[in-house]
Amino acid sequence: MSFWDSLMGRRKPVKANLDALFALPSAAITLQTAAGFAPTGNGSVCYRQAEGAAFAQTQTDVVELLNADEGPDVEKSVDQYGFTWLVTRQDPTDMAALVTDLHAVNTTLEAQGFGPGLLCSLVGFTDPSGRRLGLVYLYKQGTFYPFAPVDAQRRDNVLEVQIRDLIKNDLPVESQLNRWMPVWGAPGL
Amino acid sequence: MAHSRFIKDTGLTARMTLVMFLLGLLFVALIVILMGAAAQSGYGGLVPIIGIAGLGIAWFQWYNSDTMALKAMRARIVTPDEAPELHGMIDRLCALADMPKPRVAIAYTDLPNAFATGRSPERAAVCVTTGILDRLTAEEVEAVLAHELSHVAHRDVLVMTMAASAGIIAGMLMHGARFGAFFGGRRNNNGGAPFWLIALVVSLVVYAISFFLTRLLSRYRELSADRAGAYLTQKPSALASALTKLTGDIAAIPNKDLRASQSMNAFFITPAISGANLKTLSSTHPSLEQRIEQLAKVSAELGRPMDGGFPSPGIGQ
Repeated sequence: MSFWDSLMGRRKPVKANLDALFALPSAAITLQTAAGFAPTGNGSVCYRQAEGAAFAQTQTDVVELLNADEGPDVEKSVDQYGFTWLVTRQDPTDMAALVTDLHAVNTTLEAQGFGPGLLCSLVGFTDPSGRRLGLVYLYKQGTFYPFAPVDAQRRDNVLEVQIRDLIKNDLPVESQLNRWMPVWGAPGL
Repeated sequence: MAHSRFIKDTGLTARMTLVMFLLGLLFVALIVILMGAAAQSGYGGLVPIIGIAGLGIAWFQWYNSDTMALKAMRARIVTPDEAPELHGMIDRLCALADMPKPRVAIAYTDLPNAFATGRSPERAAVCVTTGILDRLTAEEVEAVLAHELSHVAHRDVLVMTMAASAGIIAGMLMHGARFGAFFGGRRNNNGGAPFWLIALVVSLVVYAISFFLTRLLSRYRELSADRAGAYLTQKPSALASALTKLTGDIAAIPNKDLRASQSMNAFFITPAISGANLKTLSSTHPSLEQRIEQLAKVSAELGRPMDGGFPSPGIGQ
């Protein structure tokens, strides 16, 4: 924020950066070959629901758009922090379709002026031993970080750091570790 | 391609600019008049020293604002393990706003209140009282936190300290001039009013003007934080309901002793300006009606359909 804006007590909402999402399919291949983590085919978008009719209408439009294909329907849920999650499911082998779905949600919300309300997107992975891993995309940073929950409130930091080193050539990875926020119980993980 | 629902409030910006300009003018006027008076009566060296000491005090207040404010409220910094919900809320709001996470403190008092302090966004602390956590729902607490985070992002502690520096110097001068009056000062030769008298009168006037101007600026900055906070959570009505609850609660508890308020009525000042009285002019926060009205505007803006998304009949080609 500029000096003048803080002097004037103005804070423009930070715009979301959507483009890096399309780097996900190549990272998925890296994860599969190097770490044995395969996509679950689940992806979710987390955003802040604005009050008023305009947002409700936009949200209905997005859900209808995603449900228009032959795959399973979109699931919508609200977490305990008041953020809305839209979970979309695609064929686990078709990462590109999943990313297209996620991108469609983002562009629709952004076109209606709700871009500042986007918090993160999440794509789920799992390995043969049953460990779960999520790649979380932070819109305001335009970066990804791994999130590997072990149980309700514990995360596997060693695995997360390993994954970071694997995918850092494919994706912009969040370099500040204090931004690697846990998303406990995130739908779609 | 990217649309924004964020509209600038030019009226508020203009008023804020004017107030800050007047405060700057006041500061310059204070220094110039004192320099002139001091040069005439031979105290020329004194004024820069007082000015620098005053700025030093303002700097000290700003630099230690976080520790001082937290101590004054007897607040304690809490870790994510101690207050997971509160930390989770602030984590998400900071990610949404793309700002560094401030320290989180809780004050164990039943008085419902929240404040943000700290010399910079990197060294900021946000404090809530247990009273506010008990009274508000999670959604309302989040709205209040977004308001406080906006204060941090706007660097309100810095701006308000800068704005108050003329007042701080004037206050120091008043004390200094009183000593001058007691000790009689040095007799000046050219027959004008003695320096300490000029200093006393000037600093009194500057202090009074500065008091009202900083309070006015504080009210504008509260409105700014309301706006920014409402845009951050995208739920202006949650903040509005929190404010209604808090203001209603606080307003319902009288501050004045029953016996004292009887005799005070005789001294009640009725100002000439209608709609404004001494209380509204000297309060640091805008009235509840003003704040709710502004939040309603933000709410309307969020609910407005935008071009492109909704086909409007009769305009298509």
